[in-house]
Amino acid sequence: MTEENTQVEKSHAHGYGHYIIIWFALLILTGLTVAVAGLNFGNLTIITALAIAGLKSFFVLKVFMHLENEGKLFTLFVYISIMFLVITLALLFADYSFLQGR
Amino acid sequence: MSNSTSAEGTMEHAHRDDAGSRLGMWLFLFTELLLFSGLFLTYAVYKFTYPDEFHAAAKELNTLFGALNTIILLTSSLTIALSIVAISRGQKYLSIFFQLMTIAMALGFMVNKYFEWSAKIGHGIYPGSETLQDKGHGQTLFFGLYYTMTGLHGIHVIVGMVLIALMTFWTWKEKINADTFVRLESAGLYWHLVDIIWIFLFPLFYLIS
Repeated sequence: MTEENTQVEKSHAHGYGHYIIIWFALLILTGLTVAVAGLNFGNLTIITALAIAGLKSFFVLKVFMHLENEGKLFTLFVYISIMFLVITLALLFADYSFLQGR
Repeated sequence: MSNSTSAEGTMEHAHRDDAGSRLGMWLFLFTELLLFSGLFLTYAVYKFTYPDEFHAAAKELNTLFGALNTIILLTSSLTIALSIVAISRGQKYLSIFFQLMTIAMALGFMVNKYFEWSAKIGHGIYPGSETLQDKGHGQTLFFGLYYTMTGLHGIHVIVGMVLIALMTFWTWKEKINADTFVRLESAGLYWHLVDIIWIFLFPLFYLIS
């Protein structure tokens, strides 16, 4: 019983400020992605946009979705699943852009 | 630690596994990710096949609408996270307030979406329209994907609103309280996933012009 209770309390040790700071960072990154889209980096434009989106997702996953408070095994499980998804997407992107270039 | 404890206060905890409940929610969220990933892959393939057409079609979309909706969803993600902090501290009404704020912002998102889609349809851009047929394959595919992906996302927003409304009701009834709020956490996880999907939809549709 006590174990469970401490776990619940531990997972919400963060106060309001912690989340508000992350929200602010997310807004700044949104502004950044809009600003960067105005510049022309050629193929890098979409990669930059996806990199910023990835960073934003990381903040949401870690802080808003409480991955920073979950146990190690739990976090590992989530990150490994996401990693496989990213590998699948990245390989397809790489493969397809390579084929298009020929 | 015995489960057979019959003291009233402890009965509620008897068969509880909050981490297990959250893991179950995460498993469901992975299936959602896979659902959207298929669509993102389709998008990627056609984006590479018709880069110029996608570029031109994206100009039709209003970046301001997209950015505004991004800000709305990010803020609603914050308020649902804050509602969990509030309930964990036993601040019932503050938690309800944050949940209602989240629902209001979800509604705002859908209202924006309504105006955005109406404007597009008003300009003759909708699946199977003549305007779109004149624009050729690439743009037809872009708008097909636009309607499918933002539409499916919109359905998720509506489901999220209903879910959070249910959580608000349970918080009101004190079924969700400072001690037992894993259901609110799971609804929150779902809402954050809806936010993450939009984080990717926004640059891919609105910012590639």
